[in-house]
Amino acid sequence: MNKLIRKIDSAKGKWEKLRENREPIIFIGAASCGRAAGALDLKEGIKEFLNENKLSAKVIEVGCIGPCYLEPLVDIKMPGQPRVSYNNVNAKTLARILKSHFLDGAPHQKLALGHFGKGELNGIPPFYELPMLKPQVRVVLRNCGLIDPEEIDQYLAVDGYQGFMKAIKMTPEDVIGTVQQSGIRGRGGAGFPTYRKWTVCRNSPGEQKYLICNADEGDPGAFMNRSLIESDPHAVLEGMLIAGYAIGASKGIVYIRAEYPLAIERLKRAIGQMREYGLLGKNILGSDFSFEIKIKEGAGAFVCGEETALIGSIEGKRGMPRSRPPFPAISGLFGCPTIINNVETLGTLPNILRNGAEWYTRFGKEGNRGTKTFSLVGKIRRPGLIEVQLGTTLREIIFDIGGGVQKPFKAIQTGGPSGGCLSEEFLDLTVDYESLASAGSIMGSGGLIIMDEDTCIVDVAKYFLDFTQKESCGKCVPCRVGTRHMVEILERITNGEGTPDDLLALRTLGDTIKKGALCGLGQTAPNPVLTTLRYFRNEYLEHIKDHKCRATVCKSLIEYRVIKEKCTGCQSCVRVCPTGAITGPRSEPHNLDASKCIKCRSCYEVCRYEAIAGDAIVIRTAEKKS
Amino acid sequence: MPESIERILGRHGRSPDELIPILQDVQAAFGYIGEPSVKAISRYLRISENQIYGVSSFYAQFRFTEPGRHGVKVCLGTACHVRGGATLLDMLERGLDIHCGETTEDKRFDLDRVACLGCCALSPVVQIDRDIYSRMTVNRLTELLKNYE
Repeated sequence: MNKLIRKIDSAKGKWEKLRENREPIIFIGAASCGRAAGALDLKEGIKEFLNENKLSAKVIEVGCIGPCYLEPLVDIKMPGQPRVSYNNVNAKTLARILKSHFLDGAPHQKLALGHFGKGELNGIPPFYELPMLKPQVRVVLRNCGLIDPEEIDQYLAVDGYQGFMKAIKMTPEDVIGTVQQSGIRGRGGAGFPTYRKWTVCRNSPGEQKYLICNADEGDPGAFMNRSLIESDPHAVLEGMLIAGYAIGASKGIVYIRAEYPLAIERLKRAIGQMREYGLLGKNILGSDFSFEIKIKEGAGAFVCGEETALIGSIEGKRGMPRSRPPFPAISGLFGCPTIINNVETLGTLPNILRNGAEWYTRFGKEGNRGTKTFSLVGKIRRPGLIEVQLGTTLREIIFDIGGGVQKPFKAIQTGGPSGGCLSEEFLDLTVDYESLASAGSIMGSGGLIIMDEDTCIVDVAKYFLDFTQKESCGKCVPCRVGTRHMVEILERITNGEGTPDDLLALRTLGDTIKKGALCGLGQTAPNPVLTTLRYFRNEYLEHIKDHKCRATVCKSLIEYRVIKEKCTGCQSCVRVCPTGAITGPRSEPHNLDASKCIKCRSCYEVCRYEAIAGDAIVIRTAEKKS
Repeated sequence: MPESIERILGRHGRSPDELIPILQDVQAAFGYIGEPSVKAISRYLRISENQIYGVSSFYAQFRFTEPGRHGVKVCLGTACHVRGGATLLDMLERGLDIHCGETTEDKRFDLDRVACLGCCALSPVVQIDRDIYSRMTVNRLTELLKNYE
């Protein structure tokens, strides 16, 4: 313990020095999303600038602060000034920003997004007052984007591992009691009270117990766990220590998707640092608690997010779920009592232990305590990673935080492929486990996908079902055969060959699968279809009766046309058309041969965005075949 | 020269739960799971070859044929789907004249779909080798492929 306290003191000292900041600090948002937007190129640019001007500054790669649409983000903190954040930085603006700070001695007012100090600064608003951030509450994400995820010292300096140090002085039962009081429920989607699972496992006989961190975030459209691990890996690992201590486990495993290489790298590094600081191994901090953490990489199977399938996968088998009971808390990995907690649940624990259960109950509402992270994506103005209190309405999330939709709003999908599509009338629904379930959807792990009028609801339902059908492990008949049939029916409908009876067949199949499937994947797979049938029935009927896709998405029901009056004859579309369907001499309206057109959108894009083109290509409902 | 199968096996224990990590290492070294590797793993872990094929074919990550020089993966996560990911895949299938999951004849490109890369806010995204390209359009992608030989 003493060794760690010394390390913490030195970490705090270092952090204070960093905060006093005699040297300028440049923060680059370099989680996966920042990198995809070009953050690492900027780092090179910054180094060049510093070298050229013989300046020195500390350059830190931080994680994701949330507003992905502003990536890449670069923040600059000059000595004695608050940290100023700049968004959508490219090579050109970077040069202007650096010049302004380093050579002219003031932030670039026009380009700045916000600053982290108090009040206004040269007309730059405070970062947390920005409309996207103001309604948010940061508990799990408190360090994301603010500390260097590769430095344990920075985590320690912001009270990292304090929660664990508190826990280890309590009895495991008291730790479970604290978690019970806090009211936190599993953040993986099902919302099962965390303490209850733990109690069962704690009381199960057995020498060896396991704690598994479920980081197999497979829902398409969800990236909360990736961001959290990439931006603050120690928070999750500290949560594992607390959970491991509470349930009496000596081994912890992080089961993480192989598609998240950066998150895996950061976890590995963090685990190494924990060992160095005496936070892993035998008799941690002089107590009789011993704990080891291993990483297991997933191999690309969505169903492995289900706990019994996940266990199978770790055991080296096909990742197929088995029937429960026995529940893993009694007989799990290698037959031993096992607790599987989601990344976000674990990431929240240190905060609960550090600040106390009562503090946590201040967030959220009765029965749904605390905060939840969501990835807000799709057709929304300000997509990104957000954290709100449970009980916030969908309207607040979409319009206040997300800035609304450019075109008229159509639907919001919660809970990924296992969730449902909700229409406009549900906008005032509060986001909590029960309200979402009553509307036929689920909380899920936290993907929120916004759709506007350009999204075809039948196509979306088909997309989700096609996904779950492909990911079905094939063990039980309802899921294996049932989803296949549902996809076939949906395919018929989107091809304009559906019949009104199909809708009834979809419902019957959906209800049967929900009741009959073995695991959560099957039981929730029909949700997207069932909810869209309920709330968007007209769109299905339009596809069936009028052979019309109002969003012009379903390829069999649309055609491309050139509007002669608008066409400038620039030949841009002729050049990109892969099948030679568009012809025409320069400066004359072009011809589009519908029989050759494969509806690939190349011409449409070029015609919309090329300056010389006249936005002359339109996509519209095809003439009815007679 | 890739690491030999014996050396890979030597890094792992002999319990059956080592199977997936071994397969992952083999694929990382050779690019795919070949027959000789399966035989060697079978002897090492004392489980049948069938069992190994059973497990490896279950997971999307493993492949049994030699990969091309560049792996192109189109993200078909929800956000990418809503923003036109499927069209990108369609265009690639046509342009490269292969189906998803296949390799071009000149071994230049592999084409695959991926359920989600977790960069949903920058959709649609395409991954080529280790690089992730955001906010892709059909035309930008066509240009981009020219950089990969």
